[in-house]
Amino acid sequence: MYLARVIGRLVASQRYPGLEGLALQWIQPLDESGVAEGAALVACATISSGPGDLVHFVDGREGALACPESFVPVDAAIMGFVETVQAPNFDADAYGEAGPC
Amino acid sequence: MLIADVIGTVVSPVQHPILEGRSLLLLRPLDPMGKASGPTRIGIDRIGAGVGDRVLVIDEGNSGRQLLAAPEAPVKTIVVAVVDYIECQHELRYDARSSERSQAPLKKKTS
Repeated sequence: MYLARVIGRLVASQRYPGLEGLALQWIQPLDESGVAEGAALVACATISSGPGDLVHFVDGREGALACPESFVPVDAAIMGFVETVQAPNFDADAYGEAGPC
Repeated sequence: MLIADVIGTVVSPVQHPILEGRSLLLLRPLDPMGKASGPTRIGIDRIGAGVGDRVLVIDEGNSGRQLLAAPEAPVKTIVVAVVDYIECQHELRYDARSSERSQAPLKKKTS
């Protein structure tokens, strides 16, 4: 699992069966300082997250297992809100509320 | 499996039900020489590891699901051991046996 900031939403009306009703969101993974690490990606939201939220997500096959229907073409899923990160170098505002968007 | 330093804890009040009541640790993966290597991860603690510990982490779904005895759980990063010492190329690269492991101050990330 990784830390990330939700930076946007994505709408796609025509979807593979099983993906109906799933919220798709842009997330930017963060490192231990709260700074962007790696490329932003699209993840499926299993919680009611939205742009600006600090979350954790899982990638790979486990992304699909987190969805209500587990045999779906999903490879990243937002698993939960992050309220606080207790780490000496972490700055929740280092990346900004919604990043570059 | 990978070696990582536990550098913090993550508090998540609303999350997937499988994670309810489990402690989440912020992990800094390391190479054999002890340098930071790869993206920061969040792992589920299964052994009572704490900040300052160097730990062994699995990052693979099937092993994770076996550990939690939950065949459909969306988990893969799990802390499974606290490292006592690491030897690499005939040299001792890490030794927690003599130091006060958990009380040692954390070093800032350098890179």
